[in-house]
Amino acid sequence: MGINWLKYSAPQAFYPLAGKLIPWFSIVAALAIAVGLYIGLLVAPTDFQQGESYRIIFVHVPAAWMSMFLYVVMALWAGFGMGLNARLSFMMAQAIAPTGAMFTFLALLTGAMWGKPTWGAWWVWDARLTSELILLFQYAGVMLLRTSIDDLRRADRASGVFALVGVVNVPIIYFSVKWWNTLHQGASVSMTGGSKMAATMLTAMLLMTFGFWMYSMAVILSRSRCVILEREQLLSWNKSASTPEPVEVR
Amino acid sequence: MTSRQKRFGFIGLGLVVLGVATALILNAFQSNLVFFFTPTQVSSGEVPKGRSFRIGGMVEDRSLTREGDGLTVHFVVTDTAKRVPVTYKGILPDLFKEGKGVVAQGQLVADGTFVASEVLAKHDENYLPPEAAEAMAKAKAAGAQAQSSSTLVVQP
Repeated sequence: MGINWLKYSAPQAFYPLAGKLIPWFSIVAALAIAVGLYIGLLVAPTDFQQGESYRIIFVHVPAAWMSMFLYVVMALWAGFGMGLNARLSFMMAQAIAPTGAMFTFLALLTGAMWGKPTWGAWWVWDARLTSELILLFQYAGVMLLRTSIDDLRRADRASGVFALVGVVNVPIIYFSVKWWNTLHQGASVSMTGGSKMAATMLTAMLLMTFGFWMYSMAVILSRSRCVILEREQLLSWNKSASTPEPVEVR
Repeated sequence: MTSRQKRFGFIGLGLVVLGVATALILNAFQSNLVFFFTPTQVSSGEVPKGRSFRIGGMVEDRSLTREGDGLTVHFVVTDTAKRVPVTYKGILPDLFKEGKGVVAQGQLVADGTFVASEVLAKHDENYLPPEAAEAMAKAKAAGAQAQSSSTLVVQP
């Protein structure tokens, strides 16, 4: 354990580290998603009741999982930011929000595309769908709150509190199909109950989830670099990195 | 206690209070958050009278009949304890099948029939290749026959 990990809580040390990690995460993400899609769309068997339309699960479920997972991670960073007064923590929270919102939207969109052929409706107001829609609004709220307050420290705190409060919705989304009668079916894969899917289907779904996760890492790291440059542009350490050479104006 | 520990303490306490408040609210709203009522709730009169609601359960085996116009269908929704006859005029979703889940929106009329204005198919969380599903159904049927012919086998 010769590495001083705390060193990377300083934006000027984190910035080059993130830069080095991004290509690796990108490569792994591309590989996992490519193999996952191949197995999911071409190798996995047809479903006994839904036919081919079930294959949207390979995008839908990983996207929905990531939407909830990223929200918890974002709230964690916001909590760390408030507890430790660490500016990089808030920057990470800020960097996560758009990707989380994108996955939430993707989950809702693929859900609608799946709901029409199987249930017979694009959208129903059941507990699962409604709570996931609320999650999208929460991501929007976190982002809006940050941009609507000019003072960065206050913006961080306000959106951080909002993010933390919203965490209660994540278990509601997850357990909604258990707690209430919903049109949405129960969990096919759970920590305790094992899997109710054929093994090839499960492999494809887990590969896609891993791919989406690695994609999130790559995108969030590169967005965090932008956030660092933007926020620390007045500090001397990144003067050379961010600002272009002064051009002589005549 | 350092100020850092204090801050984390506040955040933790806030989350706990929030969690308890949410649990209480959800508990209070429990009955209003259901997407559909079960046939048992219908027969015990727990459903709203004179206005539209949803009913959910299984389509009873061999209960589906079609009228001459080809659009009006009759079937029975059951939760294996109680049964509710349903009438619907319209196109059924592809996954609508006897022995499978269904959610119908509509109103209860005087003779106890549920007149549906919308029928949605509710599928379960099992994903299997057709051959495996067939093999499992066969094994289950064989097992049920061996056990007792009068036992009702409820699909999970």
